[in-house]
Amino acid sequence: MTDPIEKLPTHIPGFDLVALGGLSRGRTTLVTGTAGSGKTIFATQFLAHGILAGESAVFVTFEESPTEICRNVASMGWDIGSWEAAGRWAFVDASPQPAEETLVVGAFDLGALMARIEHAVRRVAAQRVSIDSLNAVFTRFDDRAAVRHELLRLVSGLKDIGVTTVMTSERSVDLRDGSEYGVEEFVVDNVIILRNTLEDEKRRRTLEILKFRGTGHQKGEFPFTVLADGGIVVIPLSAIELTQKSSNIRISSGNADLDGLCGGGFFRDSVILVSGATGTGKTLMCTEFIGGGAAAGERSLLLGYEESREQLFRNATGWGRDFGQMERDGLLRVGCMYPEAMQIEDHLLQIKKDIEQFKPARVAVDSLSALERVSTSRSFREFVIDLTSFIKEREIAGLFTATTPSLLGGASVTESHISTITDSIILLRYVELYGEMRRGITVLKMRGSPHDKQIREFLIDSDGMHIGNAFRNVVGILAGNPRTAPAGELDRVSHLFDAEA
Amino acid sequence: MTPLGNDSSSAPNGAAFVLTLYVTGQGARSQRAVANLRSLCDGLGELCELTVIDVLERPQMAEDERVLATPTVIRRLPLPPLRLIGDMSERDKVVRWLDLPLPVAAAEGEA
Repeated sequence: MTDPIEKLPTHIPGFDLVALGGLSRGRTTLVTGTAGSGKTIFATQFLAHGILAGESAVFVTFEESPTEICRNVASMGWDIGSWEAAGRWAFVDASPQPAEETLVVGAFDLGALMARIEHAVRRVAAQRVSIDSLNAVFTRFDDRAAVRHELLRLVSGLKDIGVTTVMTSERSVDLRDGSEYGVEEFVVDNVIILRNTLEDEKRRRTLEILKFRGTGHQKGEFPFTVLADGGIVVIPLSAIELTQKSSNIRISSGNADLDGLCGGGFFRDSVILVSGATGTGKTLMCTEFIGGGAAAGERSLLLGYEESREQLFRNATGWGRDFGQMERDGLLRVGCMYPEAMQIEDHLLQIKKDIEQFKPARVAVDSLSALERVSTSRSFREFVIDLTSFIKEREIAGLFTATTPSLLGGASVTESHISTITDSIILLRYVELYGEMRRGITVLKMRGSPHDKQIREFLIDSDGMHIGNAFRNVVGILAGNPRTAPAGELDRVSHLFDAEA
Repeated sequence: MTPLGNDSSSAPNGAAFVLTLYVTGQGARSQRAVANLRSLCDGLGELCELTVIDVLERPQMAEDERVLATPTVIRRLPLPPLRLIGDMSERDKVVRWLDLPLPVAAAEGEA
């Protein structure tokens, strides 16, 4: 009877969720991808995070010299030099030496390489080995068949000494699978593909586990990012389960009128999407939401991607809310950033970091549409799903805003992407009546609760938002062409579905 | 980094050709390489000094010299250092590459 394959946690953030526990312990995993896809970082991080978790490691380099590697990863916070000194990291330096001329005549093997790796593994008592990269081995020796055979022996030798190994190999084109030298097919049981593709003029990095022999893994491509100060972070999207508890506790939207429309307020762990054209009052809704939190002694995190901190504070003052005081009371944290400053994956990590540090009860994002500008539609959708489940898990209420492209009516792209994910949708619309622009609000959807179905007029003054009566005699507001309906017509429609007397 | 690194054109014992052969274990290929190279060296008598190193026994030596494949012979002297990988079965190629003063068959397209 053979033992089931055990997993070794890599401690690469997010990866172990995708890999259902980590890499197969005692086996070799091939990490393949085009140039610049992050292979060397993966190989190095696998070792570095192992060391941080108390293990030891051996790095076999065929490309860069050990000095170069140490220098390249120093910014990630990995001090290889000190690990070497502490006897927990060893290099096997197989980088090219242009100085000595070499001729190959007749049969050979890579016995010396294996002996050196074994020696290094024994010296530092390593559990992890990375070999970067196989291509360099192939370019060093002409006899590909012999090299393939030798790699097979190497893989089996590594298995015998019980180390968990990551090997990298580069592909010149982004094939679905298979590698240039045909290494994956028969040398290793486990293959991971890293991709770095250009989609809609935006870079998108993904990681896919192509196969894990004899053990499970999540399927498909998972986005990842490479942090300048921490290496690879995988975003384990479909690993997120819909296990959030559903809360019946209501919290105030910060506006008594709106609470009324929503049947008593928002749910504690719900995500609300507020959609409207520019100037309809989305930022106001965020401000009210935060004000409601502060009034209840709850902390709020406001993430602004459209306006500066100063603008947000001034706006709030104009609506009778004192952000400065809330901040001093520790009830508010405001983060403002240009969407273009980072990739959307990095924004997500930043938001999560802020949430974990500040532990808010409410999160407002103004606006999602600004973030959408800097991402592909797929990345954006993944961002929203991930953020939504992250805040729900923590029973945080989220209020996201989305900007509609046209002033009157119309749905935004943002909405169509995420409307099914959010629990509630509130629409803010301009209503043109008798040569005047007025504002309307309606609760389009409120999961798990009755709510007001009318489109009501609202006013904005120095106290914030005031919701008034319904536009009873106006039709076509949501369609974007409001017009007044004659009183008789209104009367007829309102009795249309009444039972016959 | 030659252990015998000095400017002299011969080793302390007077050998003009100082060779180190790295092999893995005592397998057929290792033995063949040792036998092939030793027979060449024997033909040079005092001129040639050959050391055989089994990387399984002394892996640190392979690490220090960054030997990857076996069998590998490193010609430490005369300078510049040269390497030859393989089982040394093609005698004439070995002789030419290491520039050993031994008779070879007429060159065919060899430099």
